[in-house]
Amino acid sequence: MILFFLCFILFMVGLYGIIMQRNLIKIIIGLAIMEYSVLFFLILIGYIDSATAPIISESFEEALFVDPLPQAMVLTAIVIGLATKALMLSVAIRLYKEYGTFDIRKMNTLKG
Amino acid sequence: MSTLIPLYIIVPLGTAFITVFFAKWLPGLGKYLINLALLFLTGLTIYLVIHEPQTMIYRVGGFTDVANIPIAIFLMIDGLTKILLLIISLVGLFVAFYSIKYTKQYTCEGNFYTLFGLMLAGMYGVVIAGDIFNLYVFLEIASISSYALVAFGIEKQQLEATFKYQILGGVSSLIILTGIGFLYWATGTLNMPDIATQLPKHDTFNIFVSVLLISGFGLKAAMFPFHSWLPDAHSSAPSPISAMLSGVLIKAIGIYVIIRLFFNVFSLSYEIAMTITVLGTLSMIIGVLLAVGQWDFKRLLAYHSISQMGYVFLGIGIGMLILSTGGDGKIAALSILGGLFHLMNHSIFKALLFLNAGSVEYRTGTRNLRKMGGLASRMPITSATSFIASMSISGIPPFNGFFSKIIIIIAAIQARYYLLSFFAVIVSIITLASFSKVLKYAFAGKTHEKHNEIKEVPVSMSISMTALALLCLLMSLLIIPSIREVFLTPAINVLLETSQYSVSAIGI
Repeated sequence: MILFFLCFILFMVGLYGIIMQRNLIKIIIGLAIMEYSVLFFLILIGYIDSATAPIISESFEEALFVDPLPQAMVLTAIVIGLATKALMLSVAIRLYKEYGTFDIRKMNTLKG
Repeated sequence: MSTLIPLYIIVPLGTAFITVFFAKWLPGLGKYLINLALLFLTGLTIYLVIHEPQTMIYRVGGFTDVANIPIAIFLMIDGLTKILLLIISLVGLFVAFYSIKYTKQYTCEGNFYTLFGLMLAGMYGVVIAGDIFNLYVFLEIASISSYALVAFGIEKQQLEATFKYQILGGVSSLIILTGIGFLYWATGTLNMPDIATQLPKHDTFNIFVSVLLISGFGLKAAMFPFHSWLPDAHSSAPSPISAMLSGVLIKAIGIYVIIRLFFNVFSLSYEIAMTITVLGTLSMIIGVLLAVGQWDFKRLLAYHSISQMGYVFLGIGIGMLILSTGGDGKIAALSILGGLFHLMNHSIFKALLFLNAGSVEYRTGTRNLRKMGGLASRMPITSATSFIASMSISGIPPFNGFFSKIIIIIAAIQARYYLLSFFAVIVSIITLASFSKVLKYAFAGKTHEKHNEIKEVPVSMSISMTALALLCLLMSLLIIPSIREVFLTPAINVLLETSQYSVSAIGI
């Protein structure tokens, strides 16, 4: 149970970063932390104490396995997160070239 | 016939891949290839709508069910999916045709069509996925390519808009993923028809997951409290992409999923129905109030998208309220008909309006309504088509917007939600006022001196706009009962007989 609680705290840390930080890079780091908390949560769903990896072996019949499906989901989610963050960082670099700063308060061409 | 379903993903993905692969040697290949692909998919969709009335299921990898437990990934096409496939293909086709000339101003045209193909593949994937994690993956494909497309011109404004869009989109995706995690925890399956049968009847759990999923997909659909990214992203993007985003993307990855989940997967509940109706009404009112004061043509259109999506949520929400309280099924059917019909109509006329705004920007180089004026004599086709689209969005007969709005209002009155129908009428009047302003400042009056030299846009762009304007008129025909039975009634039946979804898929 304590692990789920820690996951939730990590999620909130990420959310704090997104809402309170002014630096583009720190906002992206906040989003990354948030993503990792969700990935931890998915892993915890399939986790069983003292269980083994789901591989066929001699003691296949009586062994206790962790659920492999959330792990497959996490792998996919990591790849998606990579694509999102690569794009986000490249946009941040372009923004730095345009404005000469990473401060989000200085970027205010869009209003209303 | 169900072996044809994967084509909806293979064709756009293949087009995107071939385009990026041959971009160096044949730079113009992508634009024609994507038009051909969309023409093929439009034809296929119309064929399926007319000849395949029942639900089609494709099991990826060919794994058959074991003891009624589905193992394979499902791709499903039923009535509701078909109307979404139809609008994605139709709007996509005309937007792609329009882009042929429009993208000449960009340096890497090939990349534009690659991203366009990826976005199409993502949207098609979301609507045909029968598996909630695959739905999430396709949703991310569509979202990431749309983030890149919004920033395609890499100007200050576009970069800023795309950063905002990406952060909010990223947060919403994570909320959705958390919701999917909880669903898997409770049911032990990811297959949506199977989740519907396995979901426990705990009310608190269902409401908790529903709140996560409504806020996640509501952010994607730009529902009222989550709408702040839409005006920036949709107004800064290149115009054909604005037309795709406002016309199709927010429906395919936002509204469609909300409808599918809360009618077919979760059991109908009064609380969720009330939430959807109230948020829909609020986005309807607040969207239009924010739109009135805008002077940027595309920003005004973007705020109207929020407002018009409110109508769709209102129609669907009233239907859900009636069904969940066990009211008259006929009124529920009428209300859902209004919502779905407005969803189809909005995609046509909003795409047309954004293409008009794009044409004006293409020739005059400005989006500010105050700097236009008198364009009607210079650009007759653009002016005529935008008149049709404006009349359609503000609900003037005989254009399609009138019929869908009047159905929603009649259904609200029959269901005794007098206040909601009153709001729907008022919002429609304010919409008309707002579009009168557009027509007056942009097209009527004396021609600005600077604009004496401009000509009508190139032929391919005018053909797209004319075709969409004709569709605005032709879509009104969907209200005739014999045509309605082919297109809209199957979709309504999917939503009315909520348990039929899992019965047709896994036989429980």
